[in-house]
Amino acid sequence: MIRSEILKEIAPILNPHLVVCNIGLPSQELHMIDDNERNFYMLGTMGLSSSIGFGLALAQDKPVISIDGDGSVLTNLGTLPTIANNATGNYTLLIIDNGSYGSTGDQPTYAGMKTNLTDVARACGCENVIEVQDKDLGPVLQSAIDSDEMTIIVCKCDSGNIKLPVITLDPVVIRHRFMEAVKS
Amino acid sequence: MNIDKKIVDDLVANDVSFVTTVPCKQLAGVIEEVEARKDIFHIPSNKEDEGMGLCAGAFMGGKRPAIIMQNTAIGVTINTLATLTQFYRMPLPMIISYRGELREPVACQVEMAVHTKALLAQLNIPTYHFHWQDDVKEFDNILKYTFMCNKPVAILTDANFWGGYGDQ
Ligand SMILES: Cc1ncc(C[n+]2csc(CCOP(=O)(O)OP(=O)(O)O)c2C)c(N)n1
Ligand SMILES: [Mg+2]
Repeated sequence: MIRSEILKEIAPILNPHLVVCNIGLPSQELHMIDDNERNFYMLGTMGLSSSIGFGLALAQDKPVISIDGDGSVLTNLGTLPTIANNATGNYTLLIIDNGSYGSTGDQPTYAGMKTNLTDVARACGCENVIEVQDKDLGPVLQSAIDSDEMTIIVCKCDSGNIKLPVITLDPVVIRHRFMEAVKS
Repeated sequence: MNIDKKIVDDLVANDVSFVTTVPCKQLAGVIEEVEARKDIFHIPSNKEDEGMGLCAGAFMGGKRPAIIMQNTAIGVTINTLATLTQFYRMPLPMIISYRGELREPVACQVEMAVHTKALLAQLNIPTYHFHWQDDVKEFDNILKYTFMCNKPVAILTDANFWGGYGDQ
């Protein structure tokens, strides 16, 4: 499966929850599949989906899911020790590991070569790291959200993209409606 | 006056309860004070752009954030300041040790010091420079201003403000 197929499948699981979504195609796909005020779309700042979601999870009690990419985690590897050492049960980090920089044309990342992000997360001190194949993600994600233990999911999948438009929502609108959803 | 205590007192008085830090020798005392306060959740970050991501999330979660870092980190965080903090219009007080200024003993620090104010000005980031201990009296007003306008705001604090780097 490719990322857009995965997002389509897990959209109903994500829907009730606060979601911080990675820059580029992941956000465009989620926006197309199930746009709602509980989604925070990143329009730039590659690498910070995990950090933004984690800060949000620490600041309030609702479950938060960060959707990240292998390339983006590699660019902000320092995030994993921070998450590991300040674990909060309402946080789930979902790394969609397609082994490539998908949004920029599927250039390979080191995660698709010798580097294993599951091992990296564990070595950084994350205690609950689950590697799943794309087709098995749904139930794993649901139980990660339901459990009060913080979970890092590394979802292995194919690289590949669909054609779709950019997000034209104003960032302040995205942020404002998201904050209203956080408060509600 | 204990400036470490005064800075953290002002943070608490302004309801800042989420603080991320990357150390600098000049900031050791204020970081220790942040860590000691029960009204503040202190989360050290590994890189300052990561820290700004944490602060953005905490802000959206209803907390007032702040970052404490060195001026060299301006070189690390320009993309994040422009595309996250400013683009989504979020407040962020940045308490910055201004290395490479008067009374600096390490020559390499001057290399980023000479760019610091120019970079902040290029980003249209309101910038204050504390050189004398008394300048800290403005800190409370700066915090109020930051959360009024929802912008990143820089407070540069040089070695003279901290009582000298080499001889403190
Ligand atoms: C600092 C910076 N460098 C490069 C880019 C270009 N860029 C945007 S998305 C992206 C790929 C992200 O890859 P990944 O996190 O694996 O997500 P995927 O698209 O594969 O799901 C890149 C390189 C950028 N936005 N910012
Ligand atoms: Mg990828």
